[in-house]
Amino acid sequence: MPLASYETSVPVTVDNDKCIAEKGCTVCVDVCPLDVLRISDLTGKAYMRYDECWYCMPCEADCPTGAVTVNIPYLLR
Amino acid sequence: MSMDQIVDGQDEVSCDVLVIGGGTAGPMAALRAKRRNPNAKVILLEKANVKRSGAISMGMDGLNNAVIPGHATPEQYVKEITIANDGIVNQKAVLKYAQNCYGVIQELDSFGIRFRKTENGDFDVKKVHHIGAYVLPMPNGETVKKALYRQLRRAQLLITNRYMATRLLKNADGRISGVIAVNTRTAEFLVVRAKAVILCMGAAGRLGLPTSGYLYGTYENAANSGDGYAMAYHAGAALANLECFQINPLIKDYNGPACAYVAGPFGAYTANNEGARFIECDYWSGQMMLEFFNELQSGKGPVFLKLNHLHEDTIAEIEATLHKVERPTRGLFQEGRGGDYRRDMIEMHISEIGFCSGHSASGVFVDDFARTTVPGLYAAGDMASVPHNYMLGAFTNGAVAGEDAAEFADGVDYGDFDMGEVEAEKARVLAPTKREDGIPPNQIEYKTRRLVNDYLQPPKVTRKYTLAQARFAEARDDLENRMVARNAHELMRALEAHSILDCADMAAFASLYRTESRWGLYHLRLDHPEKDDENWFCHTLLSKKDGRMTCEKRDVDPYVVPIAEEERGLYDQQRIRATA
Repeated sequence: MPLASYETSVPVTVDNDKCIAEKGCTVCVDVCPLDVLRISDLTGKAYMRYDECWYCMPCEADCPTGAVTVNIPYLLR
Repeated sequence: MSMDQIVDGQDEVSCDVLVIGGGTAGPMAALRAKRRNPNAKVILLEKANVKRSGAISMGMDGLNNAVIPGHATPEQYVKEITIANDGIVNQKAVLKYAQNCYGVIQELDSFGIRFRKTENGDFDVKKVHHIGAYVLPMPNGETVKKALYRQLRRAQLLITNRYMATRLLKNADGRISGVIAVNTRTAEFLVVRAKAVILCMGAAGRLGLPTSGYLYGTYENAANSGDGYAMAYHAGAALANLECFQINPLIKDYNGPACAYVAGPFGAYTANNEGARFIECDYWSGQMMLEFFNELQSGKGPVFLKLNHLHEDTIAEIEATLHKVERPTRGLFQEGRGGDYRRDMIEMHISEIGFCSGHSASGVFVDDFARTTVPGLYAAGDMASVPHNYMLGAFTNGAVAGEDAAEFADGVDYGDFDMGEVEAEKARVLAPTKREDGIPPNQIEYKTRRLVNDYLQPPKVTRKYTLAQARFAEARDDLENRMVARNAHELMRALEAHSILDCADMAAFASLYRTESRWGLYHLRLDHPEKDDENWFCHTLLSKKDGRMTCEKRDVDPYVVPIAEEERGLYDQQRIRATA
């Protein structure tokens, strides 16, 4: 059975102008209990790779530059 | 190499005491083990990151079960918890918690976690339970995890993040000898040789499916997928009263607490669509949940939390707590819906089912030293069987486990284990990565959890439960033979799907075994609707024997705090009666 990808609107967004991941910061990736954030090879910025969010907020609360925003996942909103 | 790519690798380390799970009980267990024996090597292993892992990732708004001299006595608390659990408790363990928890409050205070005090400097304890007062607000509750982490650093404890433990290892005598874990970002293995292991792996919170349909929109931290329950089961440990499910009253769709423990003491209450009270007491018991469920299904449903009659200053204070601590995105949810506590009642619903002794009673069976039935294996927090334990119970019993495990480890040598077992486990773990094609873990998980909702959500019906068992067996066939994981992250989800299905099977098996109704909604069997003290005033212990799931009865130990006949039914009278 071949696999298809399934589009979702992700709840965690990152302001690339504020994100300093290219300077080596990985705070949001480190603290996420579900481990759903990654640093993009393409942009050098943090992004939500897996839509598996508990909307708990450590990524937003611990980001040193205020670049991360947690939204309520669409299905719950 | 990019993160999540699967790497072939294996390391081995050894320690005296291994603590698995760095949420609430785990850090305290590790700290106390190290304090009891400063020469011991103590490792804290965590699937996520200790800094923000577990149920209290963003803190906690208060203590729900603080037994503070002058406000409550340990004996009174034991009586309350015994009655709330329809008598099925190991009172010695509850009493030990009640006696020790005040010392832990003082220790947490010394960590910089503040508790609310009155103008006189006394702890500002609130009443939420039926009988006694045990709720203590935490004005800076958002700092709990940071304060704990500071202590772990100060004690120079060894922390290993992003490793998921999958199976326990035992020696020929059946004593714990170690653990196999897998890195959640590389799939490399770690074998930890240990003299004692403390499981602090949280609730089975990803068992039922939230009504939103979002797999991770659970009441519990969605990382708590029941791995500890599954691991203890496969190691042969007994699990107690799993049929006493966790079901909680939550904000509909948001699926977090509203929360009656914060707002209740200020005059908020659970109401029906007429804005009227229908339950005497908002404390989360099975009996209260049954009345909540009945109202929800009735013409007076749905159910709400009512604050809009309170003074503006009071509402502002409650709102500040709800939107800052524990689940701060409650504020965002309210904003999105255009809701205002001043004007609207908050629509409530009941949660998906789970295992969590923190709120109910289902857990790995432990004695008053947090010892499981497997020598050298301990359990504490939401996954151990001390009922209605909450955060303070996790800290307190974590401390008990840490101290006893350090002493145990001091008296034994490392146990052997069979390397063949390690190889077999590696093959089991990696199987989904060896397939080119198949079913992804999220689909197997969704199906399992949808079946849990369809068939296991109370009220329970025998025929539905046997159908569930047949469907679970089909899902297991897919899980074992067709599941595919394309990277290390998906592999973690695949392993979690194993834990979830194991817990679903245990939930069905334990529920079918107890042929009576007990604990209100938690174990309401429509075809066995009565409480049957003659045959079922006992614990049920589920365990794996000769590779098969079994259940047996275990007597409730003689009470150390007697309960008078007329007090036993106090929690059965939750519904407000019409008065003339």
